[in-house]
Amino acid sequence: MSAWAFIRFYTILVYTFMFAPIAVVLVLAFNNSQFGGFPIDGLSLRWFHALFENEAIMRAFRTSFILGLMTALVATTIGILAALALVRYQFRGKDWVTTFLISPVLVPETVLAVGLLIFLRWLHMPRSFTLLLLGHSIIALPFVVLVVQARLVGIRREYEEAARSLGASPVQTFFSVTFPLLLPAIFAGALFAFTISFDNITATIFWRPSGMETVPTQIFGMLRHSVSPEINALGFVMICITVGVPLLAGGLARYFSRRKI
Amino acid sequence: MAETATPIDKRPLVLLTPAFIAITALVVIPMSFILVYSFYENIDLAVDRVAFQFGNWEMLLSDNYYHSAIWKTLRISVVVTVLAAVLGYLPAYFIAMTTFRHKWLLLLLLILPFWVSFIIRTLSWIHILGNQGALNGLFQWLGLSDEPLRMMFNEFSVMVGLIHVFLPYMILNIYVSLEGIDRNLEPAARTLGATPWQAFREVTLPLSLPGLAAGSLLVFVLTGGSYVTPLILGGPSDFLFGNLIYDAVVTELNWPMGATLSFTLLVLLGSVVILYSRFMGLNQLSKAFG
Repeated sequence: MSAWAFIRFYTILVYTFMFAPIAVVLVLAFNNSQFGGFPIDGLSLRWFHALFENEAIMRAFRTSFILGLMTALVATTIGILAALALVRYQFRGKDWVTTFLISPVLVPETVLAVGLLIFLRWLHMPRSFTLLLLGHSIIALPFVVLVVQARLVGIRREYEEAARSLGASPVQTFFSVTFPLLLPAIFAGALFAFTISFDNITATIFWRPSGMETVPTQIFGMLRHSVSPEINALGFVMICITVGVPLLAGGLARYFSRRKI
Repeated sequence: MAETATPIDKRPLVLLTPAFIAITALVVIPMSFILVYSFYENIDLAVDRVAFQFGNWEMLLSDNYYHSAIWKTLRISVVVTVLAAVLGYLPAYFIAMTTFRHKWLLLLLLILPFWVSFIIRTLSWIHILGNQGALNGLFQWLGLSDEPLRMMFNEFSVMVGLIHVFLPYMILNIYVSLEGIDRNLEPAARTLGATPWQAFREVTLPLSLPGLAAGSLLVFVLTGGSYVTPLILGGPSDFLFGNLIYDAVVTELNWPMGATLSFTLLVLLGSVVILYSRFMGLNQLSKAFG
């Protein structure tokens, strides 16, 4: 076996390691059996029915969804502004500013969670939805800045300068030139922030008020007993959403950008 | 042009202000505050008294329970990081060097795990390693064993879960630095008489070390701060330092101790990050987003 064939074989094995467990969840979601594991008794959709009739799970879904949208709104707004400053302007100490902006990632999430929880409690702001929103936004912020920054580098200033020299006001220029050019970056940042919030469990366990569950904490709670078949069905739905939406968005973006040319 | 020539431009400052305020209020101040809070005294469940005493720190420094947790966390983090590097280097090399037409597909598959829920990816290992899992089913079907092999709820399953979740960070970082290497260097080394292995070892490998280091830092720090994976995939004795924080804050409601442990973890993992940034700088970390 040549070295390259070995590398290829090794790569296939590692990819199998990464995807086989996920595939197993997707398959077991359709298992008719009472139990969450193997063997497969037969195919059925009963666990999806059970899922949609489970009020607690549906409530967790709504909470996660609203929280994700609001996190995306907050983190993307703040993040776009910061990324614009980094890409568009030259100023002293830029490296330090960048480090500061990504610093929330460098703090272990468990520590960030406990720190914020204790600090806000000291300010008499106990666990609440607001704490979750603030916390998720700060966790998502560095990623939004990095993602948006990477997209912004490609936008050339000449377009804006051309609009200005053709007589557009700064406000007109922003809304008719800059903003449309920014849209893909905004969208990418928002999607990233939403996913980070929707998926977060490490910090959410500390921050959620009692009685409020997001999808991951709901699954975590259900796991205390065993892996129920409902969890597999829930996993299937979540994977469809969190993988399907970005893929669809990316595919659509590519399709439309091709059509324009 | 005249605008950019003015000495002090306030616009970047204005644009950065919201982010600065948010990070200061939600990260910098709380991180400083947990140090202050670590001197508070816990009286009862969720009741503590403002104080300046070293009880929490004394407990941390004198109790072997905490020391062994620190060592265990360090050991598991090192093992997970090394295994992730061993598992991740060749696939990254393959993706960077392949002439396969659908390379984008391999890259997409590399990013895909980031979109799949962390908790689903973690619990999926129960389906693989558990008593009713795929592997035990396979073993029984092959007649290799009558009784299910116990592979779950031990240190092994915790490590497998951690590697599985953090491996994409490693591969992505190595890939980014391999991709940045000039393609003519390895052939150049070959023409100068190097064997393929020599060319790799003396040209490509050293040039890919920044990516390997960035990936290792991420995996190490992420593992060192984990507590959910051991809760799901580990047994009662498979706890990381993060689990002690979870127990103190969520179970025992001893917040000053939780603050003390959190600050300790911050210093331990923070010093690794600082050490790394002294040698490598933090730029490499953001390259993976390009």
